[in-house]
Amino acid sequence: MTFVDHYPKATRVIKAAFLVAFTALGLGGFGGLLQALHRTDTVRGIISSTQYYDVLTGHGVLLALVFTTFFIVGLYQWGISRSLDREPENMTFTWTWFWVMTVGTTLTTIAIVGGLIPGSEISAAVLYTFYPPLQAHPLFYIGAAGLVVGSWMAAADWFWSFWKWRENNADESIPLQTYMVLFTMLMWYISSLGVALEVVVLLIPWSLGLVTNIDPLLPRTLFWYFGHAVVYFWLLPAYFVWYSILPKLSGGRLFSDSLTRIVFIMFLLLSTPIGFHHQYADPGIDLGYKLWAVISTLLILLPSLMTAFTVISSMEHGARQRGGSGYFAWMGALPWNRPAFVGCALAGIMFAAGGFSGMVNASLNIDMLIHNTAWIPGHFHLTVGTASALTFMAITYWLLPQLTGRTLKYDKLALAQPYMWFIGMTLMSNALHRAGLAGIPRRVAEPMYRLVDYDPPFGTVDEMQWQVAVGGTILFISLVMFLVVVVANWSRADETAANIDDTLPAPLSGAEHSPKILDNMKLWVGVAIVLVLLAYTLPLVDMVMDGLFSPGAPPSPV
Amino acid sequence: MHIHRFEKLWIGLSLFLIACFIGIVMFGFTVLDLKVPGGDPSGKTVDPMNLTETPFADPGVRKVEDGRAEYEVYMVARKFLFQPSTGGALELPADTRVTFHLTSPDVIHGLEVVGTNINSMAIPGQVATFTTIFPETGTYGLICHEYCGAAHHSMQGQIKVVPKDEFDESTLVDADA
Repeated sequence: MTFVDHYPKATRVIKAAFLVAFTALGLGGFGGLLQALHRTDTVRGIISSTQYYDVLTGHGVLLALVFTTFFIVGLYQWGISRSLDREPENMTFTWTWFWVMTVGTTLTTIAIVGGLIPGSEISAAVLYTFYPPLQAHPLFYIGAAGLVVGSWMAAADWFWSFWKWRENNADESIPLQTYMVLFTMLMWYISSLGVALEVVVLLIPWSLGLVTNIDPLLPRTLFWYFGHAVVYFWLLPAYFVWYSILPKLSGGRLFSDSLTRIVFIMFLLLSTPIGFHHQYADPGIDLGYKLWAVISTLLILLPSLMTAFTVISSMEHGARQRGGSGYFAWMGALPWNRPAFVGCALAGIMFAAGGFSGMVNASLNIDMLIHNTAWIPGHFHLTVGTASALTFMAITYWLLPQLTGRTLKYDKLALAQPYMWFIGMTLMSNALHRAGLAGIPRRVAEPMYRLVDYDPPFGTVDEMQWQVAVGGTILFISLVMFLVVVVANWSRADETAANIDDTLPAPLSGAEHSPKILDNMKLWVGVAIVLVLLAYTLPLVDMVMDGLFSPGAPPSPV
Repeated sequence: MHIHRFEKLWIGLSLFLIACFIGIVMFGFTVLDLKVPGGDPSGKTVDPMNLTETPFADPGVRKVEDGRAEYEVYMVARKFLFQPSTGGALELPADTRVTFHLTSPDVIHGLEVVGTNINSMAIPGQVATFTTIFPETGTYGLICHEYCGAAHHSMQGQIKVVPKDEFDESTLVDADA
């Protein structure tokens, strides 16, 4: 008996969400391969330099928004059903949010792919940040709104389950996995309000032609109000895996329940008020707001550094249970032959490197050297592109047997996959970081400008191009390996195998040691809202005072 | 609540690291007087559809005496060129304070002078103002680093920095004209 036997209804919606997620992963990943080969001048002719931006839009939207969001709702539905021991309260509602998200995603994808079809009236080469006055087809914005609204309904579904659970468990501490889900989604409600306002109030009326001109700074600011918190929306589910499952995969137990809760509270409080660190180079935003963003952004290092401690100490505990010893030699006792463990552990290592480059991005003075250069994709392919994506792929190897009732087939292929990802990403990401230091820009089909000489501090431009092309190719091969394993393991077994490993041990220091105040959601949401108001009220009032759509610039369809 | 003593030590060290980072950045923006776009008191907006009423109608270098700089550059970033600097290098004197004013009439662009820390967004409706010094002579590449449309990858220019005594003032835009 495993998850699928206990919660067959939840299993169906989880598998449906994973199906959309992995389809987006395959399509978006193929876009990434095309870009790596085109941009580095390795293989030309598959796409033109103009189509590069359509492909780049697809890559960003399908991976950063669609793959992540659909995987997260599947993973979190699993966590909610499992930790509250409940099926969803009403399957009609549950399928409704799934279809709202899926129809929205389909509309947005049609708008993007339309740009690649000659003679098509529909296009959306606006990239994943869709800064106006660049204008996409209205379907792009309407679909994006559907994806976000559907995710809000999913969160409401989980709160519904929680309140039902609470009726019979008035005095109990919130189960840890449910706690992590609910705090992620509280953060998501607060932050995605920004992009919802941007899209619904400003961009949809504008793309339909109801208003002609748009003030570019206001939607850009609303986007970044959402745009940094969204990275924690990608990351916290990976933390959910690292806190609640990885200790077990290492052979041990979570170090501390209360510290886990505190980390999630910090992310709820600090994720949203720091969006201005994406606008350090913007005119129209006062230095004071930028310095406030420096302080709060650097403070959000704390929960991640605490996570590093907890995850590593939980792994060390596991390794010692398995017979490891010494100051460092215990690492050799970890299960480096188990794909789910290997993927999570390698993702954690790469996340540490991504964290260091993030400290550079956060520091206003040195950010000026790398803002909008290839350093930035170098950074976030380590964070969302590995810490989140590789963790999601790895934990799929552990979750799928619980959803199908069969033990994992092709486990050798599954084991090789995270190692391949690690090698490919090491090549691509180190080269992108160094290219950024040389001033080579991001988001560009042909960075080799005629009038510009790049003078890299380390290595040569040719060598970096080579590493990006080879690294990108290895990453795509790794992704195909993952999809092969998923397809081979997708169908439901006739009879559930007896040896499916789905238990999670209790933490070393459990919920009985956690103060009640950590479970007080009203308090923490209140503080989070105050922090958002402090950071955003004055600059937004400034921008809105002269009119929502003024100073207005005309639309520029792409 | 129980917190392991190693974890307390780790949290303490983490906070110390964060305090150092914050301190270094604040030191830069107070004692060293670093500048970024938007930090200037100007905070001006313009009508992007009507730049003819502004100094951006006549982009180029002007002489100023405002105590902050000796010259100022009005630069327009538009699809897919910089005025001035595309189709003829923008010439500037070395070792001299120069203030840039940058805007865009169409979409969001970016300005990066490769090999320097000059980095700014050009946002329609907003004027990015920043002051800089080029200590070294030579030719600098200038690129648009924000995606601005189908030919974004062709948007580039050059700045030629000459010794101060060789700077030719006859190329200046006459502010009174």
